[in-house]
Amino acid sequence: MKVLVSVKRVVDYNVKVRVNADNSGVDLSNAKMSMNPFCEIAVEEAIRLKEKGIANEVVVVSVGPKAAQDTLRTALALGADRGILVETEEQVESLGVAKVLQKVVQEEQPGLVILGKQAIDSDNNQTGQMLAALTGMGQGTFASEVLVDGESVAVTREIDGGLQTVSLKLPAIVTTDLRLNEPRYASLPNIMKAKKKPLETKTPESLGVDVKPRVKVLKVEAPEARKAGVQVNSVAELVGKLKAEAGVI
Amino acid sequence: MSILVIAEHNNVELKDATRNVVAAAQAIGAEVDVLVAGFSCSDVAEAAAKLTGVRNIILAESKAYEHQLAENISALLLEVAKDYSHILAASSTMGKNLLPRVAAALDVAQISDIISVESPDTFKRPIYAGNAIATVQSAEPVNVITVRTTAFDAVSTTGAAQIIKVFNDIDCGLSAFVSDQLVESERPELGSANIVVSGGRGMGSGENFSILESLADKMGAAVGASRAAVDSGFVPNDMQVGQTGKIVAPDLYIAAGISGAIQHLAGMKDSKYIVAINNDPEAPIFQVADFGLVADLFEAIPELEAAV
Ligand SMILES: Cc1cc2nc3c(=O)[nH]c(=O)nc-3n(C[C@H](O)[C@H](O)[C@H](O)COP(=O)(O)OP(=O)(O)OC[C@H]3O[C@@H](n4cnc5c(N)ncnc54)[C@H](O)[C@@H]3O)c2cc1C
Ligand SMILES: Nc1ncnc2c1ncn2[C@@H]1O[C@H](COP(=O)(O)O)[C@@H](O)[C@H]1O
Repeated sequence: MKVLVSVKRVVDYNVKVRVNADNSGVDLSNAKMSMNPFCEIAVEEAIRLKEKGIANEVVVVSVGPKAAQDTLRTALALGADRGILVETEEQVESLGVAKVLQKVVQEEQPGLVILGKQAIDSDNNQTGQMLAALTGMGQGTFASEVLVDGESVAVTREIDGGLQTVSLKLPAIVTTDLRLNEPRYASLPNIMKAKKKPLETKTPESLGVDVKPRVKVLKVEAPEARKAGVQVNSVAELVGKLKAEAGVI
Repeated sequence: MSILVIAEHNNVELKDATRNVVAAAQAIGAEVDVLVAGFSCSDVAEAAAKLTGVRNIILAESKAYEHQLAENISALLLEVAKDYSHILAASSTMGKNLLPRVAAALDVAQISDIISVESPDTFKRPIYAGNAIATVQSAEPVNVITVRTTAFDAVSTTGAAQIIKVFNDIDCGLSAFVSDQLVESERPELGSANIVVSGGRGMGSGENFSILESLADKMGAAVGASRAAVDSGFVPNDMQVGQTGKIVAPDLYIAAGISGAIQHLAGMKDSKYIVAINNDPEAPIFQVADFGLVADLFEAIPELEAAV
């Protein structure tokens, strides 16, 4: 079975972003960029499927600028076999990414597609579900366990009230939650080897997909700052303030 | 213009979140209908009919909808949601699972997690873990939106909407429910509690969470946790507060043994009052706390319980 994994290049999760002075967006110049953490988990899961002999090839795909090659190389260093960059300078929305991925799915015919549940820049949490709709596949979102069994996959999902397990017909779409696995680090020899692995470049146009945004960003602002608080010296003082000043207890 | 709200429920009870989503729908300003899709869920429809300002309840009962499988419910929506200008659901795991599938099937963008309605096509939503707020305008014929429930005050229950049954029964055969492991709790729900008491890695173990639970019970509070506490196996995943867990905005949030990573703050910094108890005076949580107490939580929490 071939597993397709979709990875996004985003600002590193440790960076606290700041809004541009002209309120047009956030300032990412010089910001450290990394693979979206949920995508790292997706890559790890695919590699484990290969190590278990369930998958025979792991293909990684990213939609984004030329620099997204680095993200694909990282995935190759972790153990993916081949990369596809769908290159565009456009800020592609989740629907656009899902449409691009739909074409890649048509070409590659994977048995399983794994995505992150959420990109930590847009915080959208949409692409996997959209791809599932466009390909007519079942979806196992927010997965904390994935068990492939012949013609189907059992996915345990993290839901608001606890956990839910669903069984999906293959091919299917899975999106990862944080507790699915603990991603490995790439070793230096594997980073070197990854440089020789195949990485193909396409464009949305060559795939026949229109990725123009559908939603206009009118402005981006900093959130309201919280007023500076006070240090209390004892529990008694704390309770006093909660009662008298805050009136919340 | 009319709006369809997807009810959140477990076939027995209507979840509070629905009341907040109806409030968001009313902020958009149009007739509001509520879809109750499930199995043997007429009680839920009755409860939804009482939501203030709702016109019709659309009730679709079928085994295929019992477990809210997105494949089947989105197929149902394509049938029943044809004439609506907006489709809204809570930004819960149910809403997040379902609405992008519906949007893509309709070939429209989806707008996630709105915190305000500026006009019928313009909304605000947090991005980058809440470190920025974007104002976005949609040009889509149908606006498919998930709503951050803590940002909208729940509607009351003085209504008397009409219940209209539809007899769709669509099982796509793509997915099947196997089992669930739901966490039963007598405490209020995290998302709607007035007081939330959360513990982090500093709690040290799952057993130690009992001191927080006991404080929570005395205060009528819900219990939450940081990701580190969940990852360490102290408590189940449904307790995680944060960018990628639950968003809470209670009147009072007490964080014990939580450092205050941006991903955690994203889930609680809209709380009215924040109390931080941490033995490290440099912990970033103190920067957002209204009241900070530098102390060992194992002493402070029992003392607090005795004092409230
Ligand atoms: C993609 C991604 C998504 C994430 N999503 C979330 C999310 O949704 N929610 C979330 O919470 N995190 C999330 N995280 C993790 C986040 O980055 C932090 O790692 C996490 O919040 C840390 O949890 P903590 O504060 O409990 O642990 P730590 O950072 O280890 O802090 C423990 C604190 O306890 C204090 N302490 C220890 N002992 C005591 C004592 N006896 N008395 C008082 N204080 C004590 C310490 O001083 C310390 O400040 C995410 C991370 C990533 C990469
Ligand atoms: N530009 C992109 N390139 C590749 N994958 C993406 C891209 N955008 C989103 N994805 C995938 O979709 C997941 C969820 O993203 P989102 O729906 O945007 O929050 C991510 O974790 C990725 O797996």
